[in-house]
Amino acid sequence: MQKEYKTIKSIAGPLVMIEGVEDIKFEELVDITTASGEVRAGKVLEAKEGMAIVQMFEDTQGVGASGSKARFLGKTLQLGVSRDMLGRIFDGRGRPIDGGSEIIPEDKIDINGNPLNPNARDYPDDFYQTGVSTIDALNTLVRGQKLPIFSGAGLPHAQLAAQIARQAKVIKVDDEGTIQEDAGNEENFAVVFAAMGVTFEEAEYFTNEFKKTGAIERSVLYINTADDPVVERIATPRMALTTAEYLAFEKGMHVLVILTDLTNYCEALREVSAARKEVPGRRGYPGYLYTDLATLYERAGRVQGKEGSITQIPILTMPEDDITHPIPDLTGYITEGQIVLARDLHKQGIYPNINVLPSLSRLKDKGIGKGKTREDHSGVMNQLFAAYARGKEVRELAVILGEAALSEADLKFLKFANEFEQRYVQQGEYEDRDIIKSLTLGWELLKILPKNELKRVKPEHIEKYMQS
Amino acid sequence: MEKQGTIIKVSGPLVVAKGMEGARMYEVVRVSEHKLIGEIIGIEGDEVSIQVYEETAGVGPGEPVYPTGETMTVELGPGLLQSIYDGIQRPLPLIQKEAGAYITRGIDVPGLDREKKWDFKAVKNNGEQVVGGDVLGEVEETSLITHKVMVPPTISGTIKEIKSGAMNIEETVAVIEDKEGKEHSVSMLQKWPIRNPRPVKKKAVPKRPLVSGTRILDTMFPLAKGGAGCIPGPFGAGKTVTQQTLAKYCDAEIIVYIGCGERGNEMTDVLMEFPELEDPNTGEKLMKRTVMVANTSNMPVAAREASIYTGVTIAEYFRDMGYSVALMADSTSRWAEALREMSGRLEEMPGEEGYPAYLGSRTAQFYERSGIVKCLGNEEREGSLTLIGAVSPPGGDLSEPVTQNTLRVTKVFWGLDAKLAYRRHFPAINWLTSYTLYTDNIKEYWNKEISPEFAKLRTEALGILQEEAKLEEIVRLVGMEALSPKERLTLETAKSLREDFLFQNAFDKVDAYTPLKKQFWMLKSILNVSHAAAKVIDQEDFNFEELLKLPVMERVANAKNLDADAEEEYKKLWEDTKREIMSLQKA
Repeated sequence: MQKEYKTIKSIAGPLVMIEGVEDIKFEELVDITTASGEVRAGKVLEAKEGMAIVQMFEDTQGVGASGSKARFLGKTLQLGVSRDMLGRIFDGRGRPIDGGSEIIPEDKIDINGNPLNPNARDYPDDFYQTGVSTIDALNTLVRGQKLPIFSGAGLPHAQLAAQIARQAKVIKVDDEGTIQEDAGNEENFAVVFAAMGVTFEEAEYFTNEFKKTGAIERSVLYINTADDPVVERIATPRMALTTAEYLAFEKGMHVLVILTDLTNYCEALREVSAARKEVPGRRGYPGYLYTDLATLYERAGRVQGKEGSITQIPILTMPEDDITHPIPDLTGYITEGQIVLARDLHKQGIYPNINVLPSLSRLKDKGIGKGKTREDHSGVMNQLFAAYARGKEVRELAVILGEAALSEADLKFLKFANEFEQRYVQQGEYEDRDIIKSLTLGWELLKILPKNELKRVKPEHIEKYMQS
Repeated sequence: MEKQGTIIKVSGPLVVAKGMEGARMYEVVRVSEHKLIGEIIGIEGDEVSIQVYEETAGVGPGEPVYPTGETMTVELGPGLLQSIYDGIQRPLPLIQKEAGAYITRGIDVPGLDREKKWDFKAVKNNGEQVVGGDVLGEVEETSLITHKVMVPPTISGTIKEIKSGAMNIEETVAVIEDKEGKEHSVSMLQKWPIRNPRPVKKKAVPKRPLVSGTRILDTMFPLAKGGAGCIPGPFGAGKTVTQQTLAKYCDAEIIVYIGCGERGNEMTDVLMEFPELEDPNTGEKLMKRTVMVANTSNMPVAAREASIYTGVTIAEYFRDMGYSVALMADSTSRWAEALREMSGRLEEMPGEEGYPAYLGSRTAQFYERSGIVKCLGNEEREGSLTLIGAVSPPGGDLSEPVTQNTLRVTKVFWGLDAKLAYRRHFPAINWLTSYTLYTDNIKEYWNKEISPEFAKLRTEALGILQEEAKLEEIVRLVGMEALSPKERLTLETAKSLREDFLFQNAFDKVDAYTPLKKQFWMLKSILNVSHAAAKVIDQEDFNFEELLKLPVMERVANAKNLDADAEEEYKKLWEDTKREIMSLQKA
């Protein structure tokens, strides 16, 4: 028997304190009916003897201490999942908003998920081609990786994420240097997209982008826009990941999960934490921000003996482009690298404005080289990095001393850095460069440099791949 | 199980229960009908605060709490090696067998296999007198490591009975009668509380280096066996790669690797790689000397706190057998965060940045478990335990509490630098900020085993790198032309040191491991150029390009590709260097 309680004691922001309760459980779901008969959902955040602190998923506007009723449902938050979710759009709490019918669930799953046993994981090492040179050649994505995009306000991260979603496919390069596409690219591919606190326009951009390319048929969208309840945002990514896990590990699909914008998610966490009067960590964010983010990001990966995989591309905007801000900082400690967008490149009109130097893919080494991409990949990658880093240093030097004071070698590095940005980083939004093209272009740029400076590439590879 | 307490509050991993008279601090309890594992971390009257090592969703007030009367212990005995555990010593493969790919709640699996028979060979006889720490017998645990079954530290007396043969770890291998005439049965399985350091006879001062084959570590900032070091650095600078390189190649006999609140895929990587990789010192598979503790970031936070202690207790156990043990903890910041999270939920008064005020003392207690020791027992055994902790300072800011508390108790600091990582200079250890306090301790070892010149060359190289930083400032302001030939030479030497000596590719089979002798030869090759060139550069109109174009320069740059035992070739290189450079001398 579910009891109803009329003993709401206090309401503070998204938190509701209910007295005199019996037999309640931590994380249990609660329905609160307002005096006007509206039903709002929440969950138990702290269960004490005779007292429950409930965190609402929705606004507490209109909820009164008297006149409202609370009902404890005796279960934790579950999501009904089904393959039919593909092609559908939901709100941040998993209710359809595309005018379609309700989903008939094949299974109900707790949205918090359980931690994946590291022993049961399969190491991600399938090269995932995005068609973006700066990612494929320099910060290689592999299937099952979590690789966030660190962006800033006003930068084209949405376009980049959409481009990756459009172009991503698994390929292998054979010994002759021809690209072999993986058979499962088409039918087994799915995108799960979760928008947290983004503007209506940004949400529309993604929806339209998916519709335009027909990708919507293979996508599940969760949309929580900026004017939706803040606390709902905490559940949104978990719904998306639960869906992704179902599709990947029950239905054998390769799922690309795009989460945007994690900064809004963290703000929501901070709001709830402050309402609970918890001791804050850095910049007012709760001390468990790392653990909380980890429970999202760590849900990417592959599982031994299962067909599917989950690749995550979370997007976050760095406040003031500050990479040491707690959100990008803690994210970087959990994810397997990061793609950092640069404002100065964007101002120069370069798209995608990826700043390759602070960008990194930790899993690249297992996904490249002979049998995956090409034997020279690692050498070219390191050489391009080192040369670009030096070129940028020379550029700074030139600002102080003037170009006339530079040595001959330095001038070449300067030229390299400029060409690298203009020709290598720069590419069209709809330009799909395969890995061979990216590597060849890399060699072409390396020709600018004196040969004795090419210390990171093997001499036999110079012989073989650098066309004079 | 007898019910005693009743839950009155649940808040994440913290559960408060009443009616717990007689409870002791750090006693293990089972929480609710799910029998979740928890540990008492606070007592007030008959109310206790319990940190629960598993997810508490669905647990509520009114549910029972079962005391066990035991403190948190680890199981010690044959079968530890090649294992992978979670933070409270549950083998992950067994959890997988019970629950599938995901870790669910209430799984109760033993740390060590009870069924497996081990071939126990007694080395003591009936009637012999023994004290705690004495070796009773041996078991060949892996082809690399002989497991020594010791008398538990608390027992001493006369052996009444001892037998060899194939036994499981619970069977009695010996019976010891103590002074009071009480008989103690000793089996291969022993338990030890994780928060208590295992006793030793005496601690000693570290004297030998821990050689890892990584040039910047071994030559520039060596760590001693039995010492403690830390690796702080921002994300992406290579903490984990450095830790893993150490785990792979360092010359300790036993490795305990703790993945504390880190990435799941990283642990998988280690799990897949270690059974394949060979130890450069013995040629055996690395896994055979390794114990792993993995509590990834998404696993319960309280177990993360325990994982550090679980790991270090296992490491101490092998140290007591007389082995040299190295423990890597990646990352201690996550452990500190777990402390902070529990402290916050206990509503304790926070210290700096929300960390509890006892962060400093806990950190010190952990690192002080390192050391080179005379092991307990009548036999003269010496074991060592080296601790290497990674620290992940937020934003790379070293002034934060975890880094600062760690620096106070570790003697080696390997400071990782994001700027070097951006330039893809790996290992991205900053040679200007890093330090070691062990050089005096191990100088004697260097003089005897490597060369009396080694310490001198090392100091010189560090000096040149220091000088480079200063000169670069000048170059930035006024350009290369303003430098004297001597300064120019310093810059060239420093560049060579950076690119040809300090830069090392951890993913290249040959380059990943450089024996200490070869490190010396490489260093000498580079500095020889500087010594020889110093004699010619002061000539009128000396052309630096000519020097850099000498054929020997390229040979010096590629000195890392010479064989590890090619002493003659290095000697020839040194002679050629001298000859070629002297040829630039004008008559």
